[in-house]
Amino acid sequence: MQLKPTIPDDHKQYTTLNLGPTHPATHGIFQNVLTMDGEIIVDSEPTIGYIHRAFEKLAEHKPFYQITPLTDRMNYCSSPINNMGWHMTVEKLIKAELPKRVEYMRVIIMELARISDHLVCNSVIGVDTGAMTGFLYVFQWREDIYEIYEEICGARLTTNIGRIGGFERDFNETAWRKIKKLVNDLPAGLKEFEKLLVRNRIFMDRTIGCGPISAERALNYSFSGPNLRAAGVDYDVRAMNPYSSYEEFEFEIPIGKNGDTYDRFMVREEEMYQSLSIIRQAMEKIEKLQDKTSFHADIPSFYLPPKEDVYNNMEALIYHFKIVMGETDVPKGEVYHCVEGGNGELGFYLMSDGGRQPFRLHFRRPCYIYYQAYREMIKGAFLSDAILTMSSMNVIAGELDA
Amino acid sequence: MKDIQSASNVNIVQAPAGFEGPGFFATKLDHVVGLARKNSIWPLPFATSCCGIEFMATMASTYDLARFGSERLSFSPRQADLLMVMGTIAKKMGPVLRQVYEQMAEPRWVLSVGACASSGGIFDSYSVLQGIDHIIPVDVYVPGCPPRPEQILEGVMSIQTLIQNESLRRRNSPEYKQLLASYGIE
Amino acid sequence: MNKPSIDQIAEAINEKFGNAILSREEKYDFTVFTIDKSILVSLCKFLYDDERFQFRYLTTACGIHLPDEPKPFAMMYQLHSLVFNVRIRIKAYTTLNDLHFDTLIPIFSAANWMEREAFDFYGIRFNGHPKMTRILNVEDMDYHPMRKEYPVEDRTRYDKDDTMFGREKANFKKLT
Repeated sequence: MQLKPTIPDDHKQYTTLNLGPTHPATHGIFQNVLTMDGEIIVDSEPTIGYIHRAFEKLAEHKPFYQITPLTDRMNYCSSPINNMGWHMTVEKLIKAELPKRVEYMRVIIMELARISDHLVCNSVIGVDTGAMTGFLYVFQWREDIYEIYEEICGARLTTNIGRIGGFERDFNETAWRKIKKLVNDLPAGLKEFEKLLVRNRIFMDRTIGCGPISAERALNYSFSGPNLRAAGVDYDVRAMNPYSSYEEFEFEIPIGKNGDTYDRFMVREEEMYQSLSIIRQAMEKIEKLQDKTSFHADIPSFYLPPKEDVYNNMEALIYHFKIVMGETDVPKGEVYHCVEGGNGELGFYLMSDGGRQPFRLHFRRPCYIYYQAYREMIKGAFLSDAILTMSSMNVIAGELDA
Repeated sequence: MKDIQSASNVNIVQAPAGFEGPGFFATKLDHVVGLARKNSIWPLPFATSCCGIEFMATMASTYDLARFGSERLSFSPRQADLLMVMGTIAKKMGPVLRQVYEQMAEPRWVLSVGACASSGGIFDSYSVLQGIDHIIPVDVYVPGCPPRPEQILEGVMSIQTLIQNESLRRRNSPEYKQLLASYGIE
Repeated sequence: MNKPSIDQIAEAINEKFGNAILSREEKYDFTVFTIDKSILVSLCKFLYDDERFQFRYLTTACGIHLPDEPKPFAMMYQLHSLVFNVRIRIKAYTTLNDLHFDTLIPIFSAANWMEREAFDFYGIRFNGHPKMTRILNVEDMDYHPMRKEYPVEDRTRYDKDDTMFGREKANFKKLT
């Protein structure tokens, strides 16, 4: 419900309020200088770049396999998706064929990362409306997802998971057991979280109508991901340009109507259920495959051979040397590959000139592109609605600034 | 009647060494104040990037920072004791961090969490400050990229040890003043 | 309406713009049109408005620096037609003395920050942009860091031994 100001125009005085860069409610460091008419925001001026770490310049000085840890730190809530996206870009460049089993394993990891990202975003929307309990419930499930990552790659958050051509090791028994347990238990956990917020009168009043954006404006601002789907456009990279065997999976794409905070919250909730369904399907498909053991493609010039072979076999030694010292022949060319990240279309534009480092690597970061619309979305809103809009857009500072 | 002390797992903080008698307890003021301060730290989480998400996991139920007395996070530097810098500090952010540090009242401690805050981390680039100790004095460094919540808790426990053993006169001593002068902070 | 093929698109734009379309190449699964930068805005408007194509989504835009080419600076744009699921890439090259492009903001609002990033990193200016200032780096930085002649490392570190780590010597020619 929008209150109409009753002060006549010639008596108006605007105040300037600085929101950020260090502020408890801006999740990440970016600044907005707001021009306010009492409690209503008239205009805003964003400043970003407070965590600019020069990823694109750094990537020009690192060999391909060393860029994976850099990609981790872009959208750090769902870092496996960034890693997989980068590996798929390089595989597109070198025209590598992956076994089906590897592709299904990748799908499982990417969907787990998507669930983990949406869990953070939704619980933080709860915290910003004052509901701290949901956050505490949800982080228990994130710890379970972290344990699965740890079984596979050893790290919790910035995973550096997978290699160009597949995975560094096969998923062991514990990892499969944990994934099955998560897939069985998480729906009940999500229902518990939803009971707190979804039909809660206070939450609905706070979030419905808060920070809406229409589908036309969203498309003009090149929105993608849950923010665009909440506005009503069903653009999902997994459906439109499928990669890693996504065309064999059946899933629905939830869309909203108004593009406001409640719609974004609900789209993310529903996407988590869809991700769980995809993981179940992937596990069934892996059971049915003949191939039970492969976890990487057969590309010896890019995938390190096992250490026992390096010490005993001449060929493996030469390949190991060539990969680590950067003597492999990388094809020249330019390639663009995009994946559906937690926030939308995460794209990698890679120009290679045949050397061991990329000539140019540009990251198409969804946060950076849709945050431009924030100014338009909060015009005429109250300050607390502006905070909620920002947290529901899931702006992650690492991805915003790169 | 069961002995209540042994029935529960809750431990009361150990009293400092002192001389006890009927109705009085004599000890050094430093020890008592140190004991009170160390178990009631109000941290200011200056979370910028990935280490901030590990801090959120530390605050959540599994690793619970609140058991150490840090239940109330203060986002205002005027009301905070411990500045926890978590994440990469870019050169653009340096002056902001400096201003936040200067607004804190004595006694204040600084915990640098993560490789990026301690030394620039993996980002040896033109835009990243190679360690926050270029601009503010740091008490404890927690390495890791990102550090596990247990490591962050160990960092907080190290700060607690520092707080417990700190002399009440330290903040007025010439060594401390020289330290601040070397950073250009009055 | 049917999905247009790349040949149909190429034919339509050749017909309209003729010589300004300098080349068409197939790079992996993308078709790249290299154009003369003067027709950039009218080409994007044509592709936006034409009902057969409907390229109404700007995926990304970035600057590129190729120091060995006669025209070293380039802008790359990727357009996507969501209705027909067709993607194309457009590139336009220019020289250091003429580092100006026309802004695409009237057609795509998303181009705003993409162009500011290109200015911040390469110094490419956009005519008609409402706020042509740096976005990611500090305001008073006086060089454009992504150009190939500038090093990546921080110049204020005194503890790294250059002989051991093999870092480039600072060769800081500040170009405007």
